Amino acid sequence: MIWSRHNILSPSVSVDTLTLWLLRGAAGAAMGVVLLILLFLAIESWPALRHISIERFLTDPSWNPGENLYNLAPMLSGTLYAAAGALLLATPLGIASALFIAYYASPHAASIYRRLVELLAGIPSVVYGFWGLTTLVPLINQLHPPGASLLAGILVLTLMILPTIALTAYAALLAVPGEYMLGATALGLSRWGTIRGVALPAAKTGIAAGVILAAGRAIGETMALLMVTGNVVQNASSLFEPIRTLAANIALEMPYAMNDHRAALFVSGLALMLLVMLLWSIAARLARNGNG
Amino acid sequence: MRIFSTKKYALFIAALLLVNGWAQPGNAAPEKLVLTGASTIAPLAAEIARRFEAQHPGTRIDVQTGGSSRGINDTRNGTAGIGMVSRALKPAEQDLQAHTIALDGVGLILNASNPISGLSRQQVIDIYTGKIINWKTLGGRDAPITAINKAEGRSTLELFLGYLKLKNSDIRPHVIIGDNAQGIKTVAGNPNAIGYVSIGAAEYEARHGTPIKLLPLDGVAATVVNVRNGTFPLSRPLNLVTRAAPQGLARDFIAFARSEQVHDLVEAQYFVPVGFR
Repeated sequence: MIWSRHNILSPSVSVDTLTLWLLRGAAGAAMGVVLLILLFLAIESWPALRHISIERFLTDPSWNPGENLYNLAPMLSGTLYAAAGALLLATPLGIASALFIAYYASPHAASIYRRLVELLAGIPSVVYGFWGLTTLVPLINQLHPPGASLLAGILVLTLMILPTIALTAYAALLAVPGEYMLGATALGLSRWGTIRGVALPAAKTGIAAGVILAAGRAIGETMALLMVTGNVVQNASSLFEPIRTLAANIALEMPYAMNDHRAALFVSGLALMLLVMLLWSIAARLARNGNG
Repeated sequence: MRIFSTKKYALFIAALLLVNGWAQPGNAAPEKLVLTGASTIAPLAAEIARRFEAQHPGTRIDVQTGGSSRGINDTRNGTAGIGMVSRALKPAEQDLQAHTIALDGVGLILNASNPISGLSRQQVIDIYTGKIINWKTLGGRDAPITAINKAEGRSTLELFLGYLKLKNSDIRPHVIIGDNAQGIKTVAGNPNAIGYVSIGAAEYEARHGTPIKLLPLDGVAATVVNVRNGTFPLSRPLNLVTRAAPQGLARDFIAFARSEQVHDLVEAQYFVPVGFR
């Protein structure tokens, strides 16, 4: 090991100790921030939770904070519909893109294509939203009014999370040991056979991690969805109906909210946070089972 | 994948710190006044503040948005010296003092390609409560109406609901928007949409080629002129509010904002200066 040389030349362990404590400090700070955010959300939502019972956030007739009605359920479903729809579209597309770059494209084409996907990942979400509002929404409006809809949200979100899935899947495929591929070739497997039988199973965990990362982004995405989904609080019964997501609700109403309304928005934030934590715990369990 | 070397990283941090250091003002702290509140008033207040600062060296006016409710809140708890509130004060807010600096009208807008040329108050109510859902009912083309409403808490929404004597839960909107610009873009992109925004903003956009048009209300054309002479029914005062009788810098700024010296700035934002009525 390269590291051991330092210890032989200078027997003092102070550098290692220092590094250890620095890293412990950094890890502790990262964990502390998450806990502080949770605490902050809980404190800010407390005024609402104190005299509005939890089930009212799911059973009130509507979301009209001005009239003391606080039903979050339609926004919960809206958030999940939009994120699930986008994942459903982006996952196969992203994995296909990664396979194309890794195994099918010529080195030149692969390099250009990869740069393009990286560029896609770098575009700010408000630009996607603006494009959606001025191009996609009028287009869907011709198909089925009002245009601003769950479908528009899903399509914009798909574009936004596609690069995350494609790039992490590509990285996972790249990390498959070369011996596996050589072995598969030596066995006379076809290219597709190698991919299906060797590369994909070996890269499974990495690809799944990318999909979960993308799901987190899809659930939390605010600006682009705020601009294209119409923001009407309702349970969508078709792709063409407008929805409002939890994150959009906070961005839309927070600047103008006071008292209970404000606290109820922090309850939205708390719900969003719990949703993401639930997702992560499911993902962690899946990963454990997948490896075990 | 190549990772930045420690040296490059250190250089980057050093550059960041250096730029940050430059941004610090070297001279003594100037006298400072903070304004927060309505996004309708903020651009105007910022323009007025710039002119005020030029005439009064050593002062700094900080303008932040966040809505009328925030203006009220911040003024009450002292975070802001002056609040910007784009409506008349409510009975529960009589602990504050309002100083009107301009008037603004809220107008209904349609896409320029929509053949409808005017709506009555009852027709607007029927559209927004979902009783009329097709333009054909109103003599327009056979297409479903897209009703655009504002998000809860905005003063434009309160003014609109007050005019129609409706509650927000009565409204059946198809799209809910945040600010005026988003409303104008939505109507410009949807030939069958109807929305309501600040007349000043809508007149400006319509003049600059955005395909929208302002509808007359109760037979009164939605123009800056009719807001000024008080005939347009859906209008509101733009107020600067203070906790008590303003003192010092705040008093000077309010007097300046209400004076003839800023009428050109008020008109440039398509608002109506006070004292003309």
